Amino acid sequence: MKQFASFVKKEFHHILRDRRTMFILLFMPIAQIIIFGFALTNEVKNSRIAVLDNAKDADAASLITQIGKSNYFNIEQVLYTQRDIEKIFQKGKIKMVIVLPQNFGNDLQHFNHAQVQLIADASDPNVASTLTNYASAIIVDYQNRVTNDRKLPYTINTEVRMLYNPQGKGAYSFVPGVMAMVLMLVCTMMTAITVVREKEMGTMEVMLVSPVRPLKIIIAKAIPYLLLSMVNVASILLLSVFVLDVPINGSLTLLIAESILFTLTCLAFGLLISTVTDSQQTAMFISLTGMFLPTVMLSGFMFPIENMPLALQIISNIVPAKWFYIIVKNVMIKGTGFTIVWKETLILVVMLFALLGLAIKKFKIRLA
Amino acid sequence: MNNGVVISADGLTKRFGDFTAVDAISFEVSKGEIFGFLGANGAGKTTAMRMLCGLSKPTSGKATVAGYDVYNQTEKIKRNIGYMSQKFSLYEDLTVKENIRFYAGIYGKPDNFIKEKTERVLNELHLQSEGNKLVKSLPLGWKQKLAFSVAIFHEPQIVFLDEPTGGVDPVTRREFWNMIYKAAASGVTVFVTTHYMDEAEYCNRVSIMVDGKIEALDSPTQMKKTFGAKSMDEVFIKLARKAVRSGD
Repeated sequence: MKQFASFVKKEFHHILRDRRTMFILLFMPIAQIIIFGFALTNEVKNSRIAVLDNAKDADAASLITQIGKSNYFNIEQVLYTQRDIEKIFQKGKIKMVIVLPQNFGNDLQHFNHAQVQLIADASDPNVASTLTNYASAIIVDYQNRVTNDRKLPYTINTEVRMLYNPQGKGAYSFVPGVMAMVLMLVCTMMTAITVVREKEMGTMEVMLVSPVRPLKIIIAKAIPYLLLSMVNVASILLLSVFVLDVPINGSLTLLIAESILFTLTCLAFGLLISTVTDSQQTAMFISLTGMFLPTVMLSGFMFPIENMPLALQIISNIVPAKWFYIIVKNVMIKGTGFTIVWKETLILVVMLFALLGLAIKKFKIRLA
Repeated sequence: MNNGVVISADGLTKRFGDFTAVDAISFEVSKGEIFGFLGANGAGKTTAMRMLCGLSKPTSGKATVAGYDVYNQTEKIKRNIGYMSQKFSLYEDLTVKENIRFYAGIYGKPDNFIKEKTERVLNELHLQSEGNKLVKSLPLGWKQKLAFSVAIFHEPQIVFLDEPTGGVDPVTRREFWNMIYKAAASGVTVFVTTHYMDEAEYCNRVSIMVDGKIEALDSPTQMKKTFGAKSMDEVFIKLARKAVRSGD
């Protein structure tokens, strides 16, 4: 036991003395939450648009006012000819142009049918489609008000309720994603690097010649990173609750238990990487491409898995982060309990033991 | 242990697939002896040493270290040996004292033993005032001497030194060998591999490995006589020329 304690103490020394790395490890999650929370958002606010009003009648004016009043759009420019549209998009500032045809008011009043053209800069397709959606919604809204006094023959009103996330906030999906990403980085990459560093320095050899059991070396290495990860989980959760207003709807204990499970899985993966590499660079490269990229791409946190080709959908199943992401989203946002996420939990447990078993086996082969 | 023999190998062999890294080597090392284990790169020194340290299972042959069998008593062997590699294997981001504490700790030495002996070792090395400095800040020669002290801190019967003087200047090498003599005089058996033939002269006996086999084993004086050579260098070149294998 004393032997083990001196090991853990040593690992803490390594981490605490490497100020720069420690700083990165502790502040990376905070920075990521803040960046994702305030900078990287799909929500569109105060987008610059231009209007080409060929009608110049009362109805056109009131529709334009309506659009200009919303928080989503700022009408920056008024165009006069069709040719200006191309020019203004090329300058890049304006993201969408609303074109009203010559007889807009007349058509609307007398033929019950008017047209509005929305031209968006789709060099950024996500923004373009969001903008046109918002604008369409405002136009539909306007139409409803105008036709209020007249009866339309048929209307279907859709009433939309956004469950679990009524405001449609991006934070609800990226907080679980950032958690998965950070834990992956801290645990997988740092564990792999720290073990490989001992190999590079030759200290691993000395330890293997000593009576310490290899398993003990490995566990002692993992403990400080497990603690560090829990600090990260805590800071991410605190920030999301108090800064981003993302609630923790489910059980906090369950959430933390699942985080520990995921952390252990990442640690096991890091150890596996460390057994197959001999240099810190290789370890880092494998961790980044083998773990970090799949976590970002295939966990469902950035891109919906349902829309991927079948092959990628199948591959996504072996990415631990995918399951953790589902678990956190369920527990944290939907407030579901263990009965709903037991399957995902079981998958993580199986992955943990498979990775750990493989890592230990590889470790032993190297000794023989 | 019989007749003071602490290491004995008899037909010790290690094969990796078709490749025979160590080919039936046999030798004995007695207590307090400084045994030089020479050979060109790729001759099989490291593999042989790994087997003796319990890091690698032999393919065939017999060997005991400190009286324990290399096949199934490796745990006991590990308790009784010290090891130092050419990388010195100290933690650069730990202080001198922390390094000593850590390595003594993994051998399960009691606190008061560690404390008292740490003072003694630092005194011998003239490192009293550097005890709380990071190893990073020490010059190479001191690191190397410290690494040796750490390797024998837990008072092993045998210490294995794997090219311990690589990259160190001649003066420091000389000092280092004085430490080895002192350790041997106190009864520690020293098993050392080296590339420096002048160092081979310091050993009580040397063996020279060529292509996995031990080609010569004797005291340096006797060996020079047998081969009609003026220096160990000459002996080594005569033998190593026969080598078919080369490189690492």
